[in-house]
Amino acid sequence: MINADIQTVMPELVLAVFAMLALLGAVYTGKDKVARLLVWATAAVMLALALWIGTNDAGANSAFAGSFTDDAFSRFAKVAILISGAAVMLAGRATMERRGLLRFEYPVLIALASVGMMVMVSAGDLMVLYMGLELQSLSLYVIAALNRDSTKSSEAGLKYFVLGALSSGLLLYGASLSYGYAGTTLFSGIITSVNDGHVGMGLLIGLAFVVAGLAFKVSAVPFHMWTPDVYEGSPTPITAFFATAPKLAAMGLLARVLFDAFGGAIADWQQILGLLAVLSMFLGAVAAIGQKNIKRLMAYSSIAHMGFALLGLAAGTVFGVQSMLVYMAIYLTMNVGTFAFIMSMERDGKPITDISSLNLYARTEPLKALAMLVLLFSLAGVPPMVGFFGKFYVLKAAVEAGLTWLAVAGVIASVIGAFYYLRIVYFMYFGEENDGVETNMSPAAWVALVGSAAIMILGVVNLLGIEGAAATAAAALVN
Amino acid sequence: MIEFFTTTNLGIALLILGQSLLIVVPLLVALAFLLWGDRKVWAAVQLRKGPNVVGAFGLLQSFADFVKYILKEIVIPDGADRFVFLLAPMITFVLAMMAWAVIPFNEGWVLADINVAILFVFAVSSLEVYGVIMGGWASNSKYPFLGALRSAAQMISYEVSLGLIIIGIIISTGSMNFGDIVMAQEGPGGALNWYWIPHFPMVFLFLISSMAETNRPPFDLPEAESELVAGYQVEYSSTPFLLYMIGEYVAIVLMCALISILFFGGWLSPVAAIPDSIFWLLGKIVFFFFIFAMTKAIVPRYRYDQLMRIGWKVFLPMSLAWVVLVAFFAQYGAFWGTYARWAVGGG
Amino acid sequence: MSVADFAFYAFGFIILVSGLMTVASKNPVHSVLWLIATFLGATGLFVLLGAEFLAMLLMIVYVGAVAVLFLFVVMMLDVDFATLKGGLAEYLPIGLLIGVILLMELGMIFGVWQFADGAEAARAAITPNIGEIHNTAALGQIIFDDYILIFQLSGLILLVAMIGAIVLTMRHRPNIKRQNVVAQMHRDPAKAMELKDIKPGQGL
Repeated sequence: MINADIQTVMPELVLAVFAMLALLGAVYTGKDKVARLLVWATAAVMLALALWIGTNDAGANSAFAGSFTDDAFSRFAKVAILISGAAVMLAGRATMERRGLLRFEYPVLIALASVGMMVMVSAGDLMVLYMGLELQSLSLYVIAALNRDSTKSSEAGLKYFVLGALSSGLLLYGASLSYGYAGTTLFSGIITSVNDGHVGMGLLIGLAFVVAGLAFKVSAVPFHMWTPDVYEGSPTPITAFFATAPKLAAMGLLARVLFDAFGGAIADWQQILGLLAVLSMFLGAVAAIGQKNIKRLMAYSSIAHMGFALLGLAAGTVFGVQSMLVYMAIYLTMNVGTFAFIMSMERDGKPITDISSLNLYARTEPLKALAMLVLLFSLAGVPPMVGFFGKFYVLKAAVEAGLTWLAVAGVIASVIGAFYYLRIVYFMYFGEENDGVETNMSPAAWVALVGSAAIMILGVVNLLGIEGAAATAAAALVN
Repeated sequence: MIEFFTTTNLGIALLILGQSLLIVVPLLVALAFLLWGDRKVWAAVQLRKGPNVVGAFGLLQSFADFVKYILKEIVIPDGADRFVFLLAPMITFVLAMMAWAVIPFNEGWVLADINVAILFVFAVSSLEVYGVIMGGWASNSKYPFLGALRSAAQMISYEVSLGLIIIGIIISTGSMNFGDIVMAQEGPGGALNWYWIPHFPMVFLFLISSMAETNRPPFDLPEAESELVAGYQVEYSSTPFLLYMIGEYVAIVLMCALISILFFGGWLSPVAAIPDSIFWLLGKIVFFFFIFAMTKAIVPRYRYDQLMRIGWKVFLPMSLAWVVLVAFFAQYGAFWGTYARWAVGGG
Repeated sequence: MSVADFAFYAFGFIILVSGLMTVASKNPVHSVLWLIATFLGATGLFVLLGAEFLAMLLMIVYVGAVAVLFLFVVMMLDVDFATLKGGLAEYLPIGLLIGVILLMELGMIFGVWQFADGAEAARAAITPNIGEIHNTAALGQIIFDDYILIFQLSGLILLVAMIGAIVLTMRHRPNIKRQNVVAQMHRDPAKAMELKDIKPGQGL
């Protein structure tokens, strides 16, 4: 039995063992001198694992007495997590090196955070859920403060840590209530106690606290306060990581808890998620308008995007989950490209993040400006780009589930949100003359930027086949 | 009469009290002579005579010292925290005595035959650090406080490797009961069956760690007279000092007993033909005490950073690796099952 | 009253009094010492419950390690506790409120434990019979067999915490003289010193 269990967690095991070996190897050899090598090695391992998980069609397995589930849903999420994590790491390597931040612990922590995220999306038990979440969060707290000589970075790490600890507290309180009233921490056990007629009051309060705790991690309003500060304070390549894989992992975890454990109480959590979604979409759209710092702007943008993803989840149907997965996959791709650009923004060797510095950028670097134009249009959801299809699916799912008012709100919010994306485009092409910005890109970052922009256009044909995979994944989760 | 002692509450209490006294009193008397022996060995190494005035060969010297300690005035420094100042030596003394409750002297000769005996000893010895810290702090003076800090850091560091070494023994035996551990070492081979052969490298680690744990030379940094006068004991005089000293020596003898039980078969006789008896255990304890005394006399004192370095960077990795190794040996029955004696220990 | 009852009340009394003294003592070091006494009382209760392994663990981990570090911190910190105590009246209401809430929750737990449907079965199922399996072995079974995944994941979390502490705080000061033990041990006396035979009265 234990052999089968280990077989099921093999990808996580491989990555964790790799991280530990890398740590030992780096400590006993060149320390920070091998950091560059480690980044490449870690990315290679993560991509190889993504390939392995992606091509593995083992059906649904559960291991460790049901506390760990490996099914199409978790595989979809894991592939997305691993690829985006590796892409962000490769794209950010040169920037980290220029800022003198490329320490050998960085790839190790990213690998361990990825292990945590992979466990999160596979969790089948409240305790495993918490362990995965904590493994991921703890690694992220550390890398947020990686630039320890900068007050902003330390502040970002501390803020993230304190609020993250608070959210963990909420989550644990909810988990303990759920355990108390369901009598088990296994999702499969909780769902049977939900299915027995109505949902008890205690269990509902537990559910609300668990959702609140997870909403912190996906930075949904009203639990979003940490996001802009952490995004702004952390070194940009690390912000890029925050904006991608952890969001998908938290979303996947949320979906898993809601469907696997509380699948019998869809009507109850639909209201909570609907509220979170509407608030996030509007706050993200409105608060971003006044931002002068592009990292803060991206923080609000991610809040708004999480609102849309939650909208898909709130539908509570197979199509809803599918639309959420598609949305998140598109969101990850767009963010990898956008952040590859943002982290290359500098002037006289110092990083800058002012939006106004992009004035007339298109004149100096037409290709990169064009790529950014595509990405920003896509982020805004302008029709020919892939980003539009993401939003379209989510809204369709909401309408089909009878949540028309939510869908209407989503449309309004996305129109408001389009303003600030288009404003950046305006600056790049028609702004006033000023100091300007240099964008030195490593080949990896260039590939990330142009590649994701190309996907935003080419994907229009059939979304690169992601739809089918998402449908299988959603069907595996909701049954 | 027997029923009174086994059934009524008062009887049971009296019985336990009697048994406790049966351990404590001989232990203290024996300690007087061990102290004398310690000084004699030390003197012999330095080509001195050592105590030779009170009684034949100075045998009663310890008792003379005892009377002197008792009769002198207790000096309590002005700024001291009186309550904690007096409590600290008592804690050291009582805890040192407490651990003996679970030490078996012969088959079945044990005051408290509990399942987690080894953890109990470990727990009590981890508490002993309080006597030192409290004493150092309550003296309200620099040298004692520095000594206390040193001692606490040192004791915590070496407890880690002691614990890991013990885990190896527990894995081999499958039990945490000292009686089981000794019985697991019984066999036709006599001394060749004891744990000192399969756990050979750990014998030395345990010996050295236990010297550090009990603040014995060459690791007596907490009371290093050349730098800290007498460490945490600077302000202590008369009876409280006596309690500290007895506590320390009882802890040392306890460590000797632990080494005898864990690695050298406790009360088992080294040759199968000779019957086992308590005298074997006592003999082994005295032998290891002799080694402690010789070490004190011969080896120069360590420097503090070297002490911490060897604890964390040498002993800890070695003992940790050993635990993993033993776990594999035991699981797969390597070396004809030498590492897996669960049949004896249970589990 | 049997010995066990007497021991229970004695330990309970110790816990209550030392818990109270932990809060009430003026001297913070005394507070920590009382806290340790509370831990020891709890250890006693564990032993009475037949959970001797947990009792020893509590003693080794909490009393032997955590509380020592705590004591260190309190001894080294130079905090003016008079001003800290000054806020007592300010925080008393909220402290009392939290206390009352906790007390109510405990009451509810006791109620559920005692009167809920199926409470009897739940109570009966908590521990296997001591005769069947030893509680240390039972704990091992649960931690290392049933929950091995969670156990290992928590190990990874601790590893991350350790890496984090080192990454964020350790600085290598370049101009500090360090000891290289291996180099010292492999020093060759022939190269390190030179013996000269000096005739009396001549000097070098």
